[in-house]
Amino acid sequence: MPYLDTLNAKFAGAFTTSAFRDNARVHLSAEHAPKVLFALLKCLKDECGFDMLTELGGIDYLNYPNATDRYCVVYGLTNTVTGERVWVKAFANDPDPELPSVVELWKGADWFEREVYDMYGVRFAGHPDPRRILMPSEFVGHPLRKDYPLRGYGERHNFPTVTRAES
Amino acid sequence: MALEQATAVEDVAGADQEFLYTLNFGPQHPATHTTLRLILTLDGETIVKAVPDIGFLHSGFEKLGEDLDFNQYTTIVDRMNYISPVANEIAWHHTVEKLLGIEITPRCKYLRTILAELARISDHLLCVGACGLDLGALTAFLYAFNAREKIYNIIESTAGQRFHPSYTRVGGLAADISDDVVAQIRDFVKTFPKVHNDLCRLLNRNRIFIDRTKGIGVLTKEEAINRSCTGPIARASGVTRDLRKDEPYLAYGELQSAFKVVCAKNGDCYNRYLVRMGEMLESWKIVAAAVENLPSGPVNVALNDKQTIPDKNATYRSIEGLIQHFELFMWNRRWESPVNEVYGANETANGELGFYVVTDGSGTAFRARTRPPSFIHFALFPHLMEGHQISDVPAVLGSLNIIAAELDR
Repeated sequence: MPYLDTLNAKFAGAFTTSAFRDNARVHLSAEHAPKVLFALLKCLKDECGFDMLTELGGIDYLNYPNATDRYCVVYGLTNTVTGERVWVKAFANDPDPELPSVVELWKGADWFEREVYDMYGVRFAGHPDPRRILMPSEFVGHPLRKDYPLRGYGERHNFPTVTRAES
Repeated sequence: MALEQATAVEDVAGADQEFLYTLNFGPQHPATHTTLRLILTLDGETIVKAVPDIGFLHSGFEKLGEDLDFNQYTTIVDRMNYISPVANEIAWHHTVEKLLGIEITPRCKYLRTILAELARISDHLLCVGACGLDLGALTAFLYAFNAREKIYNIIESTAGQRFHPSYTRVGGLAADISDDVVAQIRDFVKTFPKVHNDLCRLLNRNRIFIDRTKGIGVLTKEEAINRSCTGPIARASGVTRDLRKDEPYLAYGELQSAFKVVCAKNGDCYNRYLVRMGEMLESWKIVAAAVENLPSGPVNVALNDKQTIPDKNATYRSIEGLIQHFELFMWNRRWESPVNEVYGANETANGELGFYVVTDGSGTAFRARTRPPSFIHFALFPHLMEGHQISDVPAVLGSLNIIAAELDR
Protein backbone atom coordinates (compact mmCIF):
# COMPACT_ATOMS: atom_id res chain seq x y z
CA MET A 1 0.00 0.00 0.00
CA PRO A 2 1.67 3.20 -1.20
CA TYR A 3 0.34 5.40 1.61
CA LEU A 4 2.25 3.31 4.16
CA ASP A 5 5.57 4.32 2.56
CA THR A 6 4.62 7.98 2.83
CA LEU A 7 3.57 7.55 6.46
CA ASN A 8 6.72 5.57 7.29
CA ALA A 9 8.92 8.30 5.84
CA LYS A 10 7.24 10.98 7.96
CA PHE A 11 5.94 9.35 11.12
CA ALA A 12 8.17 6.29 11.59
CA GLY A 13 7.73 4.80 15.04
CA ALA A 14 4.62 6.80 15.93
CA PHE A 15 2.08 4.34 14.57
CA THR A 16 1.40 0.64 14.19
CA THR A 17 -0.76 -1.10 11.60
CA SER A 18 -3.22 -3.97 11.57
CA ALA A 19 -5.70 -5.47 9.15
CA PHE A 20 -8.83 -7.59 9.32
CA ARG A 21 -10.96 -8.70 6.33
CA ASP A 22 -10.69 -5.75 3.93
CA ASN A 23 -10.06 -3.10 6.62
CA ALA A 24 -6.50 -1.76 6.81
CA ARG A 25 -5.88 0.18 9.99
CA VAL A 26 -3.32 2.63 11.34
CA HIS A 27 -3.14 2.83 15.15
CA LEU A 28 -1.98 5.85 17.13
CA SER A 29 -1.55 5.18 20.86
CA ALA A 30 -2.67 7.70 23.48
CA GLU A 31 0.95 8.72 23.88
CA HIS A 32 1.39 9.77 20.24
CA ALA A 33 -2.13 10.65 19.13
CA PRO A 34 -2.44 14.27 20.40
CA LYS A 35 0.80 15.29 18.68
CA VAL A 36 0.74 13.19 15.51
CA LEU A 37 -2.94 12.73 14.62
CA PHE A 38 -3.61 16.01 12.84
CA ALA A 39 -0.37 15.92 10.83
CA LEU A 40 -0.94 12.28 9.89
CA LEU A 41 -4.49 12.87 8.68
CA LYS A 42 -3.37 15.98 6.80
CA CYS A 43 -0.64 13.94 5.14
CA LEU A 44 -3.15 11.22 4.18
CA LYS A 45 -5.51 13.84 2.78
CA ASP A 46 -3.05 16.03 0.89
CA GLU A 47 -0.35 13.59 -0.19
CA CYS A 48 -2.07 10.22 -0.42
CA GLY A 49 -5.39 11.27 -1.98
CA PHE A 50 -7.75 10.24 0.85
CA ASP A 51 -10.02 13.20 0.22
CA MET A 52 -13.18 12.06 2.00
CA LEU A 53 -13.75 11.48 5.69
CA THR A 54 -16.39 8.80 5.37
CA GLU A 55 -16.76 7.88 8.99
CA LEU A 56 -15.76 9.14 12.41
CA GLY A 57 -16.92 7.33 15.51
CA GLY A 58 -15.96 6.63 19.09
CA ILE A 59 -15.30 3.39 20.94
CA ASP A 60 -14.84 2.83 24.67
CA TYR A 61 -12.44 -0.09 25.24
CA LEU A 62 -13.07 -0.41 28.98
CA ASN A 63 -12.57 -4.09 29.96
CA TYR A 64 -11.88 -5.12 26.35
CA PRO A 65 -9.46 -8.06 26.02
CA ASN A 66 -5.83 -6.85 25.71
CA ALA A 67 -6.80 -3.18 25.44
CA THR A 68 -4.21 -0.70 26.71
CA ASP A 69 -5.93 2.64 26.13
CA ARG A 70 -9.53 3.40 26.92
CA TYR A 71 -11.13 5.75 24.38
CA CYS A 72 -10.66 5.42 20.68
CA VAL A 73 -11.79 7.65 17.84
CA VAL A 74 -11.93 5.89 14.48
CA TYR A 75 -11.40 7.91 11.33
CA GLY A 76 -12.50 6.21 8.12
CA LEU A 77 -10.93 7.81 5.07
CA THR A 78 -11.82 7.10 1.46
CA ASN A 79 -10.05 7.95 -1.74
CA THR A 80 -12.96 8.92 -3.99
CA VAL A 81 -10.90 8.37 -7.14
CA THR A 82 -9.54 4.87 -6.50
CA GLY A 83 -12.08 3.78 -3.88
CA GLU A 84 -9.31 2.79 -1.46
CA ARG A 85 -10.09 3.02 2.24
CA VAL A 86 -7.93 3.38 5.34
CA TRP A 87 -8.89 3.41 9.00
CA VAL A 88 -7.01 5.54 11.51
CA LYS A 89 -7.57 4.70 15.16
CA ALA A 90 -6.48 7.38 17.64
CA PHE A 91 -6.58 6.58 21.35
CA ALA A 92 -7.07 8.78 24.40
CA ASN A 93 -7.23 8.16 28.13
CA ASP A 94 -8.83 9.46 31.32
CA PRO A 95 -8.83 11.85 33.13
CA ASP A 96 -8.95 14.31 30.27
CA PRO A 97 -9.38 12.55 26.91
CA GLU A 98 -8.57 15.07 24.21
CA LEU A 99 -7.66 14.86 20.53
CA PRO A 100 -7.10 17.55 17.91
CA SER A 101 -10.15 18.48 15.84
CA VAL A 102 -10.05 17.81 12.09
CA VAL A 103 -12.83 20.23 11.11
CA GLU A 104 -10.11 22.32 9.46
CA LEU A 105 -9.41 19.44 7.06
CA TRP A 106 -12.94 18.13 6.57
CA LYS A 107 -16.01 20.21 7.35
CA GLY A 108 -17.95 16.96 7.55
CA ALA A 109 -16.13 16.20 10.81
CA ASP A 110 -18.09 18.91 12.63
CA TRP A 111 -21.15 16.93 13.71
CA PHE A 112 -19.23 13.65 13.94
CA GLU A 113 -16.93 15.15 16.58
CA ARG A 114 -19.82 16.71 18.45
CA GLU A 115 -21.45 13.29 18.62
CA VAL A 116 -18.28 11.63 19.92
CA TYR A 117 -17.97 14.33 22.56
CA ASP A 118 -21.62 13.92 23.50
CA MET A 119 -21.47 10.13 23.75
CA TYR A 120 -17.94 9.58 25.09
CA GLY A 121 -16.73 12.88 26.53
CA VAL A 122 -13.66 12.96 24.29
CA ARG A 123 -12.85 16.63 23.71
CA PHE A 124 -11.67 17.91 20.35
CA ALA A 125 -9.22 20.79 20.68
CA GLY A 126 -9.99 23.53 18.19
CA HIS A 127 -13.56 22.46 17.39
CA PRO A 128 -15.56 25.55 16.36
CA ASP A 129 -18.79 24.60 18.14
CA PRO A 130 -18.15 22.05 20.92
CA ARG A 131 -21.70 21.58 22.18
CA ARG A 132 -23.67 18.41 22.79
CA ILE A 133 -25.63 17.33 19.75
CA LEU A 134 -28.03 14.49 20.59
CA MET A 135 -28.47 14.80 24.35
CA PRO A 136 -29.93 17.98 25.86
CA SER A 137 -27.41 20.56 27.03
CA GLU A 138 -28.39 20.07 30.71
CA PHE A 139 -27.46 16.39 30.51
CA VAL A 140 -24.67 15.13 32.74
CA GLY A 141 -22.61 12.09 31.74
CA HIS A 142 -21.77 10.38 28.49
CA PRO A 143 -24.23 7.59 27.62
CA LEU A 144 -22.14 5.34 25.40
CA ARG A 145 -19.31 4.94 27.91
CA LYS A 146 -19.12 1.37 29.12
CA ASP A 147 -19.52 2.41 32.76
CA TYR A 148 -22.80 4.20 31.99
CA PRO A 149 -25.69 1.88 32.90
CA LEU A 150 -27.99 0.55 30.21
CA ARG A 151 -31.04 0.64 32.46
CA GLY A 152 -32.03 2.35 35.66
CA TYR A 153 -32.55 5.78 37.06
CA GLY A 154 -30.10 8.26 35.72
CA GLU A 155 -29.52 11.91 35.28
CA ARG A 156 -32.94 12.69 33.91
CA HIS A 157 -34.28 12.76 37.46
CA ASN A 158 -32.01 15.69 38.15
CA PHE A 159 -33.13 17.75 35.19
CA PRO A 160 -34.24 21.27 36.12
CA THR A 161 -38.02 21.59 35.92
CA VAL A 162 -39.26 24.49 33.85
CA THR A 163 -42.77 25.64 34.61
CA ARG A 164 -45.00 27.14 31.99
CA ALA A 165 -44.68 30.58 33.56
CA GLU A 166 -40.89 30.50 33.31
CA SER A 167 -40.60 29.24 29.76
CA MET B 1 -33.74 28.12 27.31
CA ALA B 2 -32.02 26.08 24.62
CA LEU B 3 -33.02 28.72 22.11
CA GLU B 4 -31.05 31.39 23.96
CA GLN B 5 -28.05 29.12 24.14
CA ALA B 6 -28.10 28.32 20.46
CA THR B 7 -28.35 31.96 19.44
CA ALA B 8 -25.76 32.98 22.02
CA VAL B 9 -22.99 31.11 20.21
CA GLU B 10 -23.86 32.59 16.83
CA ASP B 11 -21.30 34.92 15.42
CA VAL B 12 -23.08 36.69 12.59
CA ALA B 13 -22.08 40.17 11.57
CA GLY B 14 -24.91 42.38 12.69
CA ALA B 15 -26.72 39.64 14.56
CA ASP B 16 -27.19 41.97 17.51
CA GLN B 17 -28.96 44.52 15.33
CA GLU B 18 -32.68 44.75 15.68
CA PHE B 19 -33.77 44.03 12.13
CA LEU B 20 -32.70 40.39 12.34
CA TYR B 21 -35.12 38.12 14.06
CA THR B 22 -35.21 34.48 15.00
CA LEU B 23 -37.79 32.02 13.77
CA ASN B 24 -38.28 28.65 15.35
CA PHE B 25 -39.04 26.08 12.62
CA GLY B 26 -40.23 22.85 14.17
CA PRO B 27 -39.86 20.52 16.10
CA GLN B 28 -43.38 19.94 14.78
CA HIS B 29 -43.96 21.34 11.33
CA PRO B 30 -45.51 19.67 8.27
CA ALA B 31 -42.37 20.26 6.19
CA THR B 32 -40.03 18.64 8.71
CA HIS B 33 -42.01 15.36 8.31
CA THR B 34 -40.52 14.14 11.57
CA THR B 35 -39.25 15.72 14.73
CA LEU B 36 -36.41 18.11 14.07
CA ARG B 37 -35.95 21.75 14.81
CA LEU B 38 -34.35 24.60 12.90
CA ILE B 39 -33.48 27.94 14.41
CA LEU B 40 -33.51 30.40 11.54
CA THR B 41 -32.05 33.89 11.80
CA LEU B 42 -33.91 35.98 9.28
CA ASP B 43 -33.37 39.28 7.54
CA GLY B 44 -36.84 39.88 6.17
CA GLU B 45 -37.46 36.58 4.38
CA THR B 46 -33.81 35.86 3.69
CA ILE B 47 -32.07 33.33 5.88
CA VAL B 48 -28.90 34.72 7.40
CA LYS B 49 -28.14 31.67 9.44
CA ALA B 50 -29.77 28.31 10.06
CA VAL B 51 -28.91 26.28 13.15
CA PRO B 52 -30.31 22.75 13.25
CA ASP B 53 -31.20 21.43 16.69
CA ILE B 54 -31.52 17.65 16.72
CA GLY B 55 -31.83 14.85 19.24
CA PHE B 56 -35.59 14.82 19.84
CA LEU B 57 -35.82 11.19 18.77
CA HIS B 58 -32.59 10.01 20.35
CA SER B 59 -33.34 6.67 21.94
CA GLY B 60 -29.94 5.06 22.37
CA PHE B 61 -30.01 2.54 19.52
CA GLU B 62 -26.25 2.07 19.65
CA LYS B 63 -26.34 1.41 23.39
CA LEU B 64 -29.00 -1.25 22.77
CA GLY B 65 -26.77 -2.72 20.08
CA GLU B 66 -24.24 -3.53 22.78
CA ASP B 67 -26.86 -5.43 24.77
CA LEU B 68 -28.83 -7.31 22.11
CA ASP B 69 -27.33 -10.09 20.02
CA PHE B 70 -26.78 -9.97 16.27
CA ASN B 71 -30.27 -11.22 15.42
CA GLN B 72 -32.15 -9.32 18.10
CA TYR B 73 -30.62 -6.02 17.03
CA THR B 74 -32.28 -6.41 13.61
CA THR B 75 -35.54 -5.19 15.09
CA ILE B 76 -33.82 -2.01 16.29
CA VAL B 77 -31.95 -1.44 13.01
CA ASP B 78 -35.32 -1.66 11.24
CA ARG B 79 -36.43 1.47 13.00
CA MET B 80 -33.54 3.65 11.89
CA ASN B 81 -34.52 4.52 8.35
CA TYR B 82 -38.13 3.39 8.57
CA ILE B 83 -38.80 4.37 4.96
CA SER B 84 -36.64 1.48 3.72
CA PRO B 85 -36.24 -0.83 6.74
CA VAL B 86 -35.15 -3.94 4.84
CA ALA B 87 -32.09 -2.13 3.51
CA ASN B 88 -30.95 -1.39 7.07
CA GLU B 89 -31.25 -5.04 8.08
CA ILE B 90 -29.32 -6.14 5.03
CA ALA B 91 -26.56 -3.63 5.78
CA TRP B 92 -26.38 -4.73 9.43
CA HIS B 93 -26.16 -8.43 8.64
CA HIS B 94 -23.74 -7.72 5.80
CA THR B 95 -21.35 -6.31 8.40
CA VAL B 96 -21.97 -9.06 10.95
CA GLU B 97 -21.40 -11.76 8.34
CA LYS B 98 -18.23 -10.03 7.21
CA LEU B 99 -17.05 -10.05 10.82
CA LEU B 100 -17.92 -13.70 11.43
CA GLY B 101 -16.62 -14.73 7.99
CA ILE B 102 -19.87 -16.19 6.67
CA GLU B 103 -20.45 -16.55 2.93
CA ILE B 104 -24.20 -16.53 2.33
CA THR B 105 -25.88 -18.72 -0.29
CA PRO B 106 -26.53 -17.49 -3.86
CA ARG B 107 -30.31 -17.56 -3.41
CA CYS B 108 -30.04 -15.47 -0.25
CA LYS B 109 -27.79 -12.98 -2.09
CA TYR B 110 -30.32 -12.53 -4.87
CA LEU B 111 -33.28 -12.26 -2.50
CA ARG B 112 -31.50 -9.65 -0.42
CA THR B 113 -30.57 -7.76 -3.58
CA ILE B 114 -34.18 -7.71 -4.75
CA LEU B 115 -35.39 -6.53 -1.34
CA ALA B 116 -32.69 -3.87 -1.09
CA GLU B 117 -33.62 -2.49 -4.48
CA LEU B 118 -37.35 -2.54 -3.71
CA ALA B 119 -36.51 -0.65 -0.53
CA ARG B 120 -34.55 1.90 -2.55
CA ILE B 121 -37.49 2.41 -4.91
CA SER B 122 -39.83 2.75 -1.94
CA ASP B 123 -37.54 5.31 -0.26
CA HIS B 124 -37.06 7.37 -3.41
CA LEU B 125 -40.80 7.31 -4.12
CA LEU B 126 -41.52 8.72 -0.70
CA CYS B 127 -38.76 11.31 -0.98
CA VAL B 128 -39.86 12.52 -4.41
CA GLY B 129 -43.54 12.40 -3.52
CA ALA B 130 -43.12 14.22 -0.23
CA CYS B 131 -40.86 16.81 -1.83
CA GLY B 132 -43.58 17.46 -4.39
CA LEU B 133 -46.19 17.60 -1.63
CA ASP B 134 -44.23 20.24 0.28
CA LEU B 135 -43.84 22.31 -2.87
CA GLY B 136 -47.51 22.21 -3.76
CA ALA B 137 -47.73 19.21 -6.10
CA LEU B 138 -50.05 16.95 -4.14
CA THR B 139 -50.91 14.56 -6.98
CA ALA B 140 -47.37 13.18 -7.33
CA PHE B 141 -47.48 12.13 -3.69
CA LEU B 142 -50.62 10.06 -4.26
CA TYR B 143 -49.16 8.32 -7.32
CA ALA B 144 -45.96 7.57 -5.40
CA PHE B 145 -47.82 6.13 -2.43
CA ASN B 146 -49.92 3.93 -4.66
CA ALA B 147 -46.73 2.27 -5.92
CA ARG B 148 -45.25 2.09 -2.41
CA GLU B 149 -48.33 0.15 -1.36
CA LYS B 150 -47.37 -2.57 -3.86
CA ILE B 151 -43.88 -2.78 -2.36
CA TYR B 152 -45.38 -3.04 1.11
CA ASN B 153 -47.56 -5.88 -0.13
CA ILE B 154 -44.51 -7.70 -1.48
CA ILE B 155 -42.71 -7.27 1.82
CA GLU B 156 -45.78 -8.43 3.71
CA SER B 157 -45.97 -11.61 1.62
CA THR B 158 -42.24 -12.14 2.10
CA ALA B 159 -41.80 -11.55 5.81
CA GLY B 160 -45.29 -11.34 7.27
CA GLN B 161 -44.86 -7.73 8.34
CA ARG B 162 -45.40 -4.67 6.23
CA PHE B 163 -43.45 -1.96 7.92
CA HIS B 164 -40.67 -3.45 10.03
CA PRO B 165 -40.14 -6.92 8.60
CA SER B 166 -37.04 -8.06 10.60
CA TYR B 167 -36.50 -10.49 7.77
CA THR B 168 -32.75 -11.11 7.65
CA ARG B 169 -30.83 -13.38 10.01
CA VAL B 170 -27.14 -14.06 10.47
CA GLY B 171 -26.27 -16.38 7.59
CA GLY B 172 -29.55 -16.09 5.74
CA LEU B 173 -33.18 -15.09 6.01
CA ALA B 174 -36.03 -15.81 8.40
CA ALA B 175 -37.78 -17.88 5.73
CA ASP B 176 -37.68 -18.63 2.03
CA ILE B 177 -40.13 -16.82 -0.22
CA SER B 178 -43.16 -18.45 -1.81
CA ASP B 179 -43.94 -18.54 -5.52
CA ASP B 180 -46.63 -15.98 -4.89
CA VAL B 181 -43.97 -13.42 -4.00
CA VAL B 182 -42.18 -13.99 -7.30
CA ALA B 183 -45.48 -13.40 -9.09
CA GLN B 184 -46.01 -10.18 -7.12
CA ILE B 185 -42.51 -8.93 -7.90
CA ARG B 186 -43.03 -9.71 -11.60
CA ASP B 187 -46.28 -7.81 -11.47
CA PHE B 188 -44.51 -4.85 -9.85
CA VAL B 189 -41.78 -4.96 -12.50
CA LYS B 190 -44.48 -4.88 -15.17
CA THR B 191 -46.42 -1.95 -13.72
CA PHE B 192 -43.68 0.26 -12.26
CA PRO B 193 -42.57 2.00 -15.52
CA LYS B 194 -46.04 3.49 -15.87
CA VAL B 195 -45.92 4.90 -12.34
CA HIS B 196 -42.46 6.30 -13.01
CA ASN B 197 -43.65 7.84 -16.24
CA ASP B 198 -46.65 9.41 -14.48
CA LEU B 199 -44.38 10.92 -11.84
CA CYS B 200 -42.02 12.29 -14.49
CA ARG B 201 -44.90 13.86 -16.36
CA LEU B 202 -46.27 15.41 -13.18
CA LEU B 203 -43.01 16.91 -11.96
CA ASN B 204 -40.24 17.09 -14.57
CA ARG B 205 -41.71 20.02 -16.48
CA ASN B 206 -43.92 21.36 -13.70
CA ARG B 207 -43.26 25.12 -13.75
CA ILE B 208 -43.86 25.63 -10.02
CA PHE B 209 -41.78 22.61 -9.03
CA ILE B 210 -38.86 23.68 -11.25
CA ASP B 211 -38.97 27.29 -10.05
CA ARG B 212 -38.81 26.18 -6.46
CA THR B 213 -36.04 23.60 -6.89
CA LYS B 214 -33.72 24.70 -9.72
CA GLY B 215 -30.67 26.55 -8.44
CA ILE B 216 -31.77 26.08 -4.83
CA GLY B 217 -29.40 24.58 -2.27
CA VAL B 218 -26.44 24.16 -4.60
CA LEU B 219 -23.72 21.80 -3.42
CA THR B 220 -20.48 21.74 -5.40
CA LYS B 221 -18.49 18.57 -5.97
CA GLU B 222 -15.61 19.71 -3.74
CA GLU B 223 -17.99 20.60 -0.91
CA ALA B 224 -19.82 17.29 -1.30
CA ILE B 225 -16.55 15.37 -0.83
CA ASN B 226 -15.31 17.63 1.94
CA ARG B 227 -18.57 17.28 3.83
CA SER B 228 -18.64 13.46 3.62
CA CYS B 229 -21.72 13.24 1.38
CA THR B 230 -22.67 9.95 -0.21
CA GLY B 231 -25.57 8.52 -2.13
CA PRO B 232 -27.88 10.50 -4.42
CA ILE B 233 -26.88 13.81 -2.83
CA ALA B 234 -23.21 13.32 -3.70
CA ARG B 235 -24.06 11.90 -7.11
CA ALA B 236 -26.24 14.91 -7.92
CA SER B 237 -23.10 17.01 -7.36
CA GLY B 238 -20.98 14.93 -9.71
CA VAL B 239 -19.29 12.51 -7.30
CA THR B 240 -19.35 9.28 -9.30
CA ARG B 241 -19.29 6.99 -6.32
CA ASP B 242 -21.67 4.09 -5.78
CA LEU B 243 -20.76 1.18 -3.51
CA ARG B 244 -22.76 -1.18 -5.70
CA LYS B 245 -20.21 -0.54 -8.46
CA ASP B 246 -17.10 0.32 -6.43
CA GLU B 247 -17.25 -2.41 -3.78
CA PRO B 248 -19.79 -4.90 -5.18
CA TYR B 249 -21.53 -6.89 -2.46
CA LEU B 250 -24.47 -9.33 -2.52
CA ALA B 251 -25.38 -10.13 -6.13
CA TYR B 252 -24.36 -6.75 -7.56
CA GLY B 253 -21.10 -8.24 -8.84
CA GLU B 254 -23.07 -10.56 -11.11
CA LEU B 255 -25.64 -7.91 -12.06
CA GLN B 256 -23.10 -5.24 -13.06
CA SER B 257 -24.35 -5.12 -16.64
CA ALA B 258 -27.95 -4.61 -15.51
CA PHE B 259 -27.57 -1.11 -14.12
CA LYS B 260 -25.69 2.18 -14.42
CA VAL B 261 -24.79 4.83 -11.87
CA VAL B 262 -26.98 7.93 -12.20
CA CYS B 263 -25.12 11.22 -11.77
CA ALA B 264 -25.77 14.90 -12.34
CA LYS B 265 -23.59 17.98 -12.26
CA ASN B 266 -25.40 20.99 -10.83
CA GLY B 267 -25.97 19.74 -7.29
CA ASP B 268 -29.19 21.68 -6.72
CA CYS B 269 -32.51 20.38 -5.42
CA TYR B 270 -33.78 19.73 -8.94
CA ASN B 271 -30.76 17.58 -9.80
CA ARG B 272 -31.14 15.61 -6.60
CA TYR B 273 -34.71 14.96 -7.65
CA LEU B 274 -33.61 13.89 -11.14
CA VAL B 275 -30.94 11.56 -9.74
CA ARG B 276 -33.51 9.88 -7.52
CA MET B 277 -35.89 9.47 -10.44
CA GLY B 278 -33.09 7.97 -12.53
CA GLU B 279 -32.01 5.64 -9.74
CA MET B 280 -35.52 4.25 -9.43
CA LEU B 281 -35.37 3.11 -13.04
CA GLU B 282 -31.93 1.53 -12.51
CA SER B 283 -33.23 -0.26 -9.41
CA TRP B 284 -36.19 -1.44 -11.41
CA LYS B 285 -33.77 -2.96 -13.95
CA ILE B 286 -31.86 -4.72 -11.16
CA VAL B 287 -35.07 -6.16 -9.71
CA ALA B 288 -36.18 -7.32 -13.17
CA ALA B 289 -32.83 -9.01 -13.85
CA ALA B 290 -32.51 -10.52 -10.38
CA VAL B 291 -35.99 -11.99 -10.17
CA GLU B 292 -35.58 -13.76 -13.52
CA ASN B 293 -32.16 -15.13 -12.52
CA LEU B 294 -33.15 -16.11 -8.99
CA PRO B 295 -31.09 -19.22 -8.15
CA SER B 296 -32.67 -22.22 -6.46
CA GLY B 297 -31.26 -23.86 -3.36
CA PRO B 298 -31.26 -23.07 0.35
CA VAL B 299 -31.51 -19.52 1.70
CA ASN B 300 -29.53 -20.25 4.86
CA VAL B 301 -25.95 -21.44 5.22
CA ALA B 302 -25.57 -25.10 6.17
CA LEU B 303 -26.52 -26.29 9.63
CA ASN B 304 -23.00 -27.62 10.14
CA ASP B 305 -21.60 -24.10 10.02
CA LYS B 306 -23.31 -23.45 13.36
CA GLN B 307 -23.97 -19.82 12.51
CA THR B 308 -27.59 -19.68 11.48
CA ILE B 309 -30.84 -20.51 13.23
CA PRO B 310 -32.00 -23.97 12.04
CA ASP B 311 -35.49 -24.18 10.57
CA LYS B 312 -38.21 -25.53 12.81
CA ASN B 313 -38.22 -28.89 11.04
CA ALA B 314 -34.58 -29.46 11.96
CA THR B 315 -35.09 -28.10 15.48
CA TYR B 316 -37.93 -30.47 16.28
CA ARG B 317 -36.78 -33.55 14.38
CA SER B 318 -33.01 -33.76 14.65
CA ILE B 319 -30.65 -33.62 17.60
CA GLU B 320 -28.15 -31.44 15.70
CA GLY B 321 -30.87 -28.91 14.92
CA LEU B 322 -32.07 -28.86 18.52
CA ILE B 323 -28.57 -28.36 19.89
CA GLN B 324 -27.85 -25.66 17.35
CA HIS B 325 -31.09 -23.87 18.21
CA PHE B 326 -30.20 -23.71 21.88
CA GLU B 327 -26.58 -22.84 21.16
CA LEU B 328 -27.76 -19.68 19.44
CA PHE B 329 -30.59 -18.75 21.81
CA MET B 330 -29.07 -19.30 25.26
CA TRP B 331 -27.79 -15.95 26.45
CA ASN B 332 -24.42 -17.33 27.58
CA ARG B 333 -23.74 -19.28 24.35
CA ARG B 334 -24.72 -17.59 21.08
CA TRP B 335 -22.04 -16.88 18.45
CA GLU B 336 -18.32 -17.23 18.74
CA SER B 337 -16.98 -13.99 17.37
CA PRO B 338 -13.38 -12.91 16.78
CA VAL B 339 -11.78 -10.38 19.14
CA ASN B 340 -11.66 -7.85 16.37
CA GLU B 341 -13.61 -5.18 14.55
CA VAL B 342 -14.82 -4.52 11.05
CA TYR B 343 -16.58 -1.85 9.03
CA GLY B 344 -19.10 -2.86 6.43
CA ALA B 345 -21.18 -0.54 4.31
CA ASN B 346 -24.07 -0.84 1.91
CA GLU B 347 -25.36 1.64 -0.60
CA THR B 348 -28.84 2.37 0.75
CA ALA B 349 -31.32 4.85 -0.68
CA ASN B 350 -29.94 7.73 1.36
CA GLY B 351 -26.27 6.98 0.89
CA GLU B 352 -23.61 4.86 2.49
CA LEU B 353 -25.11 3.12 5.52
CA GLY B 354 -22.18 1.64 7.38
CA PHE B 355 -21.78 -0.29 10.60
CA TYR B 356 -18.57 -0.40 12.59
CA VAL B 357 -18.86 -3.50 14.74
CA VAL B 358 -16.39 -4.38 17.50
CA THR B 359 -16.69 -7.80 19.13
CA ASP B 360 -14.91 -9.25 22.15
CA GLY B 361 -15.53 -12.95 21.49
CA SER B 362 -19.12 -13.06 22.73
CA GLY B 363 -22.34 -13.23 20.75
CA THR B 364 -23.18 -9.56 21.14
CA ALA B 365 -21.41 -6.56 19.71
CA PHE B 366 -19.03 -4.73 22.03
CA ARG B 367 -19.74 -1.63 19.98
CA ALA B 368 -22.23 -1.26 17.15
CA ARG B 369 -21.51 2.10 15.60
CA THR B 370 -23.81 3.26 12.80
CA ARG B 371 -22.76 5.62 10.07
CA PRO B 372 -26.12 7.25 9.44
CA PRO B 373 -26.36 9.06 6.09
CA SER B 374 -29.17 11.35 7.30
CA PHE B 375 -26.98 12.67 10.11
CA ILE B 376 -24.22 13.63 7.69
CA HIS B 377 -26.61 15.14 5.17
CA PHE B 378 -28.46 17.20 7.73
CA ALA B 379 -25.15 18.77 8.75
CA LEU B 380 -25.14 20.25 5.23
CA PHE B 381 -28.31 22.17 5.89
CA PRO B 382 -26.83 25.46 7.24
CA HIS B 383 -24.42 25.52 4.30
CA LEU B 384 -27.16 24.92 1.72
CA MET B 385 -29.56 27.46 3.24
CA GLU B 386 -27.22 30.45 3.34
CA GLY B 387 -28.75 33.39 1.49
CA HIS B 388 -31.93 31.54 0.49
CA GLN B 389 -35.52 32.49 1.26
CA ILE B 390 -37.57 30.92 3.99
CA SER B 391 -39.81 29.29 1.36
CA ASP B 392 -36.77 27.30 0.17
CA VAL B 393 -36.55 25.43 3.49
CA PRO B 394 -39.10 22.74 2.48
CA ALA B 395 -37.39 22.28 -0.91
CA VAL B 396 -33.96 21.71 0.63
CA LEU B 397 -35.28 19.56 3.50
CA GLY B 398 -37.26 17.48 1.04
CA SER B 399 -34.32 16.98 -1.29
CA LEU B 400 -32.01 15.90 1.56
CA ASN B 401 -34.55 13.26 2.65
CA ILE B 402 -33.86 13.57 6.37
CA ILE B 403 -35.26 10.67 8.38
CA ALA B 404 -35.19 11.80 12.00
CA ALA B 405 -35.15 8.30 13.48
CA GLU B 406 -31.91 7.62 11.63
CA LEU B 407 -30.63 11.11 12.37
CA ASP B 408 -30.92 10.72 16.14
CA ARG B 409 -30.91 6.94 16.53
